[in-house]
Amino acid sequence: MPFVTPKSQQRAYDVIVVGSGAGGGQSAYTLCMDGARVLMLEAGRHYAPETETPMFQTPDMAPLAGVSTPQKPFGFYDATADGGWTVPGEPYVRATEEQAGRFEWWRARMLGGRTNHWGRISLRNGPYDFKPRSRDGLGFDWPIGYEDVAPYYDKVELLVGVYGSNEGLENTPNSSPGCLLPPPAPLVSDYLVRQRARHLGIPVIPGHRAVLTRAQDFKRVPALLHPGNTKAQKILAEAMRARSPCLWATPCGRGCAIRANYQSTTVHLPPALATGNLDIATDAMVYEVTLGRDGRASGVSFIDRKTGTHQQAAARVVILAASACETVRILLNSKSAQFPHGLANSSGKVGRYLMDTVGSTVTGQVPLLESLPPLNEDAADGHQLYVPWWLYREQLAGKLGFARGYHIEFGGGRRMPGFATMQGIEWLTGGSYGRKFKEDARRYYGSFVGFDGRGEMIPNESSYCEIDPSVKDEWGIPVLRFHWRWSEHERRQAAHMQRTFGDIIEAMGGRTHPAVERDGAKAIAPGGSIIHEVGGGIMGADARSSVTNAWSQTWDVPNLYLTDGAVFASNADKNPTLTIMALAWRASDHILERMRRKEL
Amino acid sequence: MDRRTTIQWVLAAGAASSLLGPRTSQAGPVTAWRGASGSQGYGTDPNLLKVYRPGDFWPLTLTAAQRRLAGVLADLIIPADDQSPSASAVGVVDFIDEWVSAPYPDNQRDRPIVLRGFAWLDAQAQRRFHKDFAALDAAGHKAICDEICDPARAAAGRRDAARFFALYRDLTAGGFYTTPVGRKDLKYIGNVPRANFDGPPAELLSKLNLP
Repeated sequence: MPFVTPKSQQRAYDVIVVGSGAGGGQSAYTLCMDGARVLMLEAGRHYAPETETPMFQTPDMAPLAGVSTPQKPFGFYDATADGGWTVPGEPYVRATEEQAGRFEWWRARMLGGRTNHWGRISLRNGPYDFKPRSRDGLGFDWPIGYEDVAPYYDKVELLVGVYGSNEGLENTPNSSPGCLLPPPAPLVSDYLVRQRARHLGIPVIPGHRAVLTRAQDFKRVPALLHPGNTKAQKILAEAMRARSPCLWATPCGRGCAIRANYQSTTVHLPPALATGNLDIATDAMVYEVTLGRDGRASGVSFIDRKTGTHQQAAARVVILAASACETVRILLNSKSAQFPHGLANSSGKVGRYLMDTVGSTVTGQVPLLESLPPLNEDAADGHQLYVPWWLYREQLAGKLGFARGYHIEFGGGRRMPGFATMQGIEWLTGGSYGRKFKEDARRYYGSFVGFDGRGEMIPNESSYCEIDPSVKDEWGIPVLRFHWRWSEHERRQAAHMQRTFGDIIEAMGGRTHPAVERDGAKAIAPGGSIIHEVGGGIMGADARSSVTNAWSQTWDVPNLYLTDGAVFASNADKNPTLTIMALAWRASDHILERMRRKEL
Repeated sequence: MDRRTTIQWVLAAGAASSLLGPRTSQAGPVTAWRGASGSQGYGTDPNLLKVYRPGDFWPLTLTAAQRRLAGVLADLIIPADDQSPSASAVGVVDFIDEWVSAPYPDNQRDRPIVLRGFAWLDAQAQRRFHKDFAALDAAGHKAICDEICDPARAAAGRRDAARFFALYRDLTAGGFYTTPVGRKDLKYIGNVPRANFDGPPAELLSKLNLP
């Protein structure tokens, strides 16, 4: 019985995993494939992408043409159920309403968490990204280096399926041979961006996304990932054969019924369940890690949302992978005589050094792309090409005025028309209506290219979360209060993004509207809004200045691990999900080894 | 709808904050949106596989006279031509009624702009031609619309009307180009499964001098 209720749950497990997204999914996969008995607790509902995904539905079939609303903030067909910038019954608090201190907290409440809707962009951190303080004196070094994580990046890429290419660029690591799937062909607009950006000295290379551009090699990969474990090899081969390659249509954010992209629910959980070692309880809202007399975690307390009752579960090891801030909330709410300020918080660092990604956007209209012949440009749903950070030398020499880099995600093409596709174009049409408007729409459709900067934020003392002294959620669990500050590094970086995007659009013969923003404070998206929030339980070299050691194991409680973004000691411009999975696999290997040695 | 589309829509709608939860002047709990005007919306977990029609989640509220005006104006913006039918022929009046009747913040923001715009059009038509706007001939429609079709060129006394017209054009285009007819009009040929994606044809790239 893989999906359990409090009644059918076993009396004890080897490991409890809290959360079912990238970190929880990878942890459960690694542990179960090697024989550990795992109970996964997910706060949201059960979710089955194979039967719930609206693959080919069109906007006219949805309310309000499928636009974003507060109840479906990424549009009606977005995979996210019961989630978004707000969650009914689960408030949070901002310490200030000033725009500069604004933090937005995205949550998903469903099996697989936000992996069901994420952008699938899968970039590796490079060597600099693990040792940023050594390089420029700011922020923190991780207690591990790229060489420690590289084998796990290889494994994750082989397991989930990531397309991309090896270009050998600075701090933009190559994968080992045979790890990556071939990248998709570029669109017309991609070719144009690449040609013109190169004139400006800006490199444009194939993107990396967790989308199967061809079927996975089920004969070769399982033996690489699970040497000597024939049961795991067989299960993984079956799971890989159950996935289909991309059919080159429909947005990945809806989820994928044919399992062509990575989501925990289609890639991690099916093989983990097939081992027979995984039980999953959904609607299980964990609020506390319980502490035994021996000072070790004994299990967790949770609320069964279906009955509103308080429940317990016990295990030898507890893994929190509830998403960085929810993990922090559970730790801070786990108070005891031994840990009066929250579990694993003897350093006082739980909740500290919250980071998001610096985001800024410019859209251009490009006459060269007007009135193109009909083309099916659905492709792999974007990110065929991207721009890795390219000004390392200038930055280190202090020529840029900000310390960390960004990459550029861009996209155009004749994509499925949505509610906004032909809106707000008076600046091009002079306010046409009637037959002229229809002609204008045909002319301008597909001629827009959008540029999104995704940049590194340096951790600071003013960006953190804590437990609010009075506000509780509908079950009486104290909620988080967020404090947020960008530094001048991030604001200047956002202004640099705007200038650069304007330059690229101009080099394409295009125009921007409105004009690019010169004020970085206005150009930067609010904290949390890029949904790359990490930190709050950072790993470090000693127990005084960090929450976990190099294995994502809390310093204070040896059988308590954090395998979501909480452990990030820096937040490179690279999107965090691939690194979350690599570190979760690495931490799970560490747990397995310690359990075999009876240390856990 | 991907993140970029969401952002574009936010920019287009000029509603940079409404998606990101309520904004208040002082710090306090950030709570989930609650329904307005009697409707709780479609909830946070609607069935995504069903096909919906305007009116399924909240009642449509425009009067018969407003719907008549809505159709006339939508067809002035997107009339039939040799390639496709008019906006009203593909259900845009129902879409606009659904839009201005919906309980969400952006809809509630747009509703009074649209209703005031309708009233202004009728008042103009009465003052200048002694008829309701819907009953005017082509010359009457043109006389009024030409003055308000471009917010950048509208006279000082016409700015609100021009803002209404721009919004209404956006709603009409949003309703029209999301229908099968609208997609065909723009020659969108995707949303079909394919075995491969080979990128654009070589002759097109060479015509555009792209490598």
